[in-house]
Amino acid sequence: MDESRRKFLKNAGLFTIVTGAATVGACTKSEKAEQPKALTFFSPLDFAFVEAAISRLIPADELGPGALEADVAVYIDRQLSGAYGGGDRFYRSGPWREGSPQQGYQLRFTPAELFRTALPALHTHFRSQHHGEFSKLSPEKQDEYLKALQKGGIDLGGVPSEIFFARLWSLTVEGFFGDPAYGGNKDMVSWRMIGFPGAYGAYYELVDRHNLALRREPKSLADAHRHGLPMDSGMDPNHAAHAHPASGAKET
Amino acid sequence: MATRLPETDVVCLGVGMVGTMLGLELTRAGLNVVGLEGGLPRNTVPDFQGPAMHDELRFAVRKGMMVDAARETVTFRNHAGETALPIRYIEAFLLGTGLGGSLVHWNGVTWRFQDTDFRMRTLTEQRYGKKFTSPDLTFQDWGVTAAELEPYFDRFEYLLGTSGKAGNLRGKKIQGGNPFEDPRSRDYPTPPMKEPYGSHLFRKAAQGLGYHPFPQPSSNLSTPYTNPEGLKLNACVFCGFCERFGCEHFAKSSPQTVLLPALLKDPRFTLRTGCQVLKVNLDSSGQRATGVTYADSTGKEFEQPAKLVIVGLYALNNVRMLLLSGIGKAYDPQTRTGTVGRNYAHQTVSAAQVFFDRNTRINPFMRSGACGTAIADFVSDNFDHGPLGFVGGAYLGEVMTNGRPIEFHPTPPGTPGWGAGWKKAVAEHYNHTSLITVHGSSVAHAANYLDLDPTYKDAWGLPLLRMTFDLPENDLKMSAYLTEKAAEIGRAMGAKQVVGLPRKGPFTTTIYQTTHNTGGTVMGEDPSTSVVNKYLQSWDVHNVFVIGASAYPQNASYNPTGTLGALAYWSAEAIVKRYLKAPGPLVHT
Repeated sequence: MDESRRKFLKNAGLFTIVTGAATVGACTKSEKAEQPKALTFFSPLDFAFVEAAISRLIPADELGPGALEADVAVYIDRQLSGAYGGGDRFYRSGPWREGSPQQGYQLRFTPAELFRTALPALHTHFRSQHHGEFSKLSPEKQDEYLKALQKGGIDLGGVPSEIFFARLWSLTVEGFFGDPAYGGNKDMVSWRMIGFPGAYGAYYELVDRHNLALRREPKSLADAHRHGLPMDSGMDPNHAAHAHPASGAKET
Repeated sequence: MATRLPETDVVCLGVGMVGTMLGLELTRAGLNVVGLEGGLPRNTVPDFQGPAMHDELRFAVRKGMMVDAARETVTFRNHAGETALPIRYIEAFLLGTGLGGSLVHWNGVTWRFQDTDFRMRTLTEQRYGKKFTSPDLTFQDWGVTAAELEPYFDRFEYLLGTSGKAGNLRGKKIQGGNPFEDPRSRDYPTPPMKEPYGSHLFRKAAQGLGYHPFPQPSSNLSTPYTNPEGLKLNACVFCGFCERFGCEHFAKSSPQTVLLPALLKDPRFTLRTGCQVLKVNLDSSGQRATGVTYADSTGKEFEQPAKLVIVGLYALNNVRMLLLSGIGKAYDPQTRTGTVGRNYAHQTVSAAQVFFDRNTRINPFMRSGACGTAIADFVSDNFDHGPLGFVGGAYLGEVMTNGRPIEFHPTPPGTPGWGAGWKKAVAEHYNHTSLITVHGSSVAHAANYLDLDPTYKDAWGLPLLRMTFDLPENDLKMSAYLTEKAAEIGRAMGAKQVVGLPRKGPFTTTIYQTTHNTGGTVMGEDPSTSVVNKYLQSWDVHNVFVIGASAYPQNASYNPTGTLGALAYWSAEAIVKRYLKAPGPLVHT
């Protein structure tokens, strides 16, 4: 094995493999000081609802942190104030009509408008039903209310509650499993839980080691940058010599 | 008023795989070619490089490499009695944009359609009789045979460097390859990819059940390769970020890796990106194209005169371009006359989920776009349809592509949709679940078609394409039957639970199925049922060639790209060797 290749494998973390018994990726706690959370979209009341709701959708338990601990509420806040919230890649021209389920989303609202419209209506609806704040309710009662939203039939200022719930759920899953670059999946907690090794990996040497138990710190986009994995220089085989991770493969 | 530019010999609409292939064949024939690409220029370095490329949210979920639906989408309805509405978020298929087109973000699965696909009408009637299928199923012969296309399949596979194992070498069956393939003149250019664990379990189970498993042909390469253009590719590293992403490794065949560098060096080729073609212009007779009109990225309109027009856009856009330009007669489902938009088909994909216990580690993230093991025992007419009452088939394969967790976190039926129970099931099954894909054909049906939407427009003010489509009963039967076959294999893999998920109607735009949209400008021998002849030349306007999966009269069991590459070379040769010498119809009726 030449030096560049050894260096690549070392950088890619491929020397920490174990085989045999089932293993789970080791957890490491972030030692960084907590930064205060700046909100770019939600009001404090909105944020309290979202934090409480996502901690029921993906709760913390013996398997590890949940959506709240993974900063998924921050992820959702940033998504809604950014391009996605503003209707990126969303066909916005009218006329608007109610369609069949097969025709997909047909409301006028961008995701940001949808939350801006639904959340105040939700707060009002919730108060009329429960005379308090969602975040102060028992977990069982919170689940009950979330199930009612999911089931549908509640009008949230023109947004059917099942559509609002579906967006909240898909954003929660994205924030939980997505790269920490977007503000959620703090410390890659979800990737550790399931054993996903992260954004970057080169598995040419491992793919035919069947039933392998891979133990490796997951790598986020930030880690890949930090470790200087040979990705930004290009791997063009038509040009200068390069250390390609599958360079063990011989041309036929 | 459009600015009129100097005339060129050829204008290519779209610079994806087709535009690149035709561009090179025609410049080599001494012609000046202008390539008009609607999207942005992009290359492996720097545009596809990591770490940024390995971003599931940006590229897979938000579809960062695809057509921006804010500017351009498709309207949809299940049947002609409904009002079509715009697909506001495009989910069901991945419409590419930009230099290199869809073959930048594809998985690299590279099959050859079978002779039984190309001669489907004739062979079905021969074997099962004329009354075997409903008259509403308008499947038909292509006008070409597998033997005619073999040299072009061969050339395309050697261009891409496809990794696989021959199953039929000049008529001799080779063990371990696909025994159902038509004779090939030589083996694949590179050996099969390594076999991941789930695929290995599938192969053993399929063998045990008497089937004939083999490695899926892949244009993510097993070894380094230098193609006939002198371009070098690397071996794939199984990074698990293939479809929906560009390949930073030079290991996935795409226009950028196999052909574009050669074309862009040729001074006879002019590339213009950010140029949206608005229509193909015709002369006063309506029988000859004079060029195209396009808008550049500042909105200025230009007329590009050309002697020959190659329509090489994505299949759906090929259909739309002919409709916008008034080339050919639009299909009318009431009278069943007209041809443009007729025989639109898709791909009937379903799956069996195979849940193992914790001792079986699938490592779904160690995959490439096209690795894995498949069987062709139920493809096309490789099995007796007599007692089954449907036509068409599917390949079944453990051909997983990734373990990216926003989109891949399978749970068994009965799992709560969210909450602690959901979380527990996700953690329990993520690394212990395999999928068997049932990649099924899509038969043409008289009620399924494409035309222009009467209401909704794109950003240039032109009507959107309207898709009227539902899953024919024939395909639902096929999917039910073959998904159960996949589940049987799954049970033989040693799973603790297998869940068959056959495709069910009605067709929905809300979930991803596949980017194998076919038909609408179909090829054939009869101008009353086809838009282009067997060389993909318009019956109506002889200097327009329409090259794409839009030429498929119906869609077959296998992924369509290999056949598209063969047809592009086949058409290019007919243009160079015959059309240029005597411009006019290549087929007379």
